[in-house]
Amino acid sequence: MPLSSRHLLGLQGVPGEDIQLILDTATTFREVLERPIKKVPTLQGKTVVNLFFESSTRTRISFELAEKRLSADSINFSASGSSVSKGETLKDTMRNIEAMKVDMVVVRHSAAGTPLFLTKVCNSNIINAGDGIHEHPTQALLDMYSIREKLGKISGLKVCIVGDISHSRVALSNIYGLKTMGAKVSICGPSTMIPKYIEELGVDVIYNIDEAIQENDVLNVLRIQLERKAREYFPSIREYVKYFGIDDERLEKNGKDILILHPGPINRGVELSASVADGRNQIILNQVTNGVAVRMAVLYLLGTSN
Amino acid sequence: MKVILKNALIADNSGKINTQESDITVIDGIIDNIGKAGENGDAKVIDLRGKIVSPGFFDMHVHLREPGREDEETVITGCRAAAAGGFTGIACMPNTEPAIDSAEVVNFIKDKARGELTDVYPVAAATLGRKGEVISPMAELAEAGVKGFSDDGTAIKTASILKRVLEYSLMYDLPVIEHCEDESLAGGAMNEGVNSTMLGLPPIPSIAEDIIVMRDIITAEYTRGKLHLAHISTKKAVEMIRDAKKRGVKVTAEAAPHHFTLSDEALKSYDTNLKMNPPLRSRQDVEAILKGLKDGTIDCIASDHAPHSVEEKEVEFEYAPNGIIGLETEIGLAFSELYHKKILTIEQIIEKFAVNPRNILNIPVPVVKKGEKANMTFLDPDEVWTVDISSQLSKSKNSPFDRRLLTGRALGVINNSRLYFKNEFINI
Repeated sequence: MPLSSRHLLGLQGVPGEDIQLILDTATTFREVLERPIKKVPTLQGKTVVNLFFESSTRTRISFELAEKRLSADSINFSASGSSVSKGETLKDTMRNIEAMKVDMVVVRHSAAGTPLFLTKVCNSNIINAGDGIHEHPTQALLDMYSIREKLGKISGLKVCIVGDISHSRVALSNIYGLKTMGAKVSICGPSTMIPKYIEELGVDVIYNIDEAIQENDVLNVLRIQLERKAREYFPSIREYVKYFGIDDERLEKNGKDILILHPGPINRGVELSASVADGRNQIILNQVTNGVAVRMAVLYLLGTSN
Repeated sequence: MKVILKNALIADNSGKINTQESDITVIDGIIDNIGKAGENGDAKVIDLRGKIVSPGFFDMHVHLREPGREDEETVITGCRAAAAGGFTGIACMPNTEPAIDSAEVVNFIKDKARGELTDVYPVAAATLGRKGEVISPMAELAEAGVKGFSDDGTAIKTASILKRVLEYSLMYDLPVIEHCEDESLAGGAMNEGVNSTMLGLPPIPSIAEDIIVMRDIITAEYTRGKLHLAHISTKKAVEMIRDAKKRGVKVTAEAAPHHFTLSDEALKSYDTNLKMNPPLRSRQDVEAILKGLKDGTIDCIASDHAPHSVEEKEVEFEYAPNGIIGLETEIGLAFSELYHKKILTIEQIIEKFAVNPRNILNIPVPVVKKGEKANMTFLDPDEVWTVDISSQLSKSKNSPFDRRLLTGRALGVINNSRLYFKNEFINI
């Protein structure tokens, strides 16, 4: 059974069967990653371009590994030093790359809507690896995979996304995906970092982290982007840590065994204390491993669909 | 040359339509006779049976891009697009390069427009270079013939400069035209709402507009200056203008067709031709604009015609410039969205296009009367047509309304001894 779309632009509107299919397919590839020879010939002869207009380490490496393990030819394009800095438009860049006969494009861009734009100017399968503060679908898929791997299900779980919701593409993709798969989703963070109309997406808003811990099965803790303007949205890191940071004391006080996810990279001592980041509740490195398997699944399902 | 417009329903300069059909005979650009026309002879005859002939329509908010961006629009192409859209007069905004902040630039534009069917009335910058620091030479600009002052593209930077500009403009009875947007809340890509969250686009809250509307109304009330608020798009702004008018503040307002036609839900396509400033707002805001048009809070309709090149618009949404063209779709949109949906009568549409904008800018409203210069727009409120942007006369093509089915349009215009009818310009 194929996916209902030939692109993965986001999780908004993606049917539950598609998500299920990706997660199930990822289970097969997850097993491949444990073999001594971690490679299958599935996408042999296919060419995938990783088009990264924004710096990224783990997402790009994860995609690249996924491509290599499927035996695809992969090429990396990053914005610095490229034609973009010479003033070429995205449309021209994309058309030039496609003229070299590529099959799939993985794109990361700081402007929302760029993956959709690319579908209009080229024929390749487009995979969104993060567009502005819009969506990051493979991150949400790997988060769901990791939750399912640990707790055996997604449906019926209570999941809270914690942190800077306003400037997060991970949050939005998680909200769409988790809700489609039957989880109850809430968000928690400083009110300046929560979009004014977010409740219209069917999520509850919690301003108290202790309450969020008590009421949920899973916390997906986002990175506070200290290097970005997110810093202007709360008075000080000290205040953020005091009221939204998660440490052992807070977990013990609320007496709850809760699963903690984090998309990385972690600001140790900010959103998570060092001991929580390494502790028994978190599955942060499982997420990273699962990310490769989930991306293999997406590449495989899209790359063999046409 | 003689032109006979046969069997027309004539609207007077308050918008009222005579239900009796008459022939209008125009000789050398002057209305020679109204009533039964004599022999056709060698006259050009246009049968307008059942169609309306109105005082020429006027768009008081147009960006002509010349001087500076002649690749996007020139005074001449803008005039031609205006005529094709049904306008015999336009006011052009000062955010050119250089800005319209000296008599030289005013004269340059007027020279370019000479001989065109559509009259061009420049609006000058309120401050030098539109920088919001020093007021422009308003007296000299008024003498050169500008019809208002505006830093359009942005609001006048500070309340103190605004106060000075309003005070100074009192001497010339010219309006200060404001683009209402608080600088500190500006810079986003679309209206703040659930749609901006879902699309991941940086939001512009409606209060960015409301805060400046409030500031401007209070300042106009204090100075007794004449204030015109351009392209109003929010519910709260409409309410504040309504209240201010009740208090007797000298404030008028305009709305753009896209703001009464589309809401921010349309942006799901990330179509950069839906990106403009002010942005498309929520459904409730659109309802409020319609209500404001109906009860007269909003005095006129203006396109905010903002040409941009294809290469500038065909980029990532956040990087695309703001603005859409509108001269050749706005009358069709007004009839479709306002007349046929029973928001406005034809008389009210004529008021908002032909009468009120000229009154705001102190330009005499033309009259369809024997002995007067012929300055007229022919209207068919019921013609069904499909917008074809590629065949429009504007040099730019950035419109979200391509292929849209509209009901009602301008059939032609006469002004300055020139006729535009059926896709051609004729000297008459």
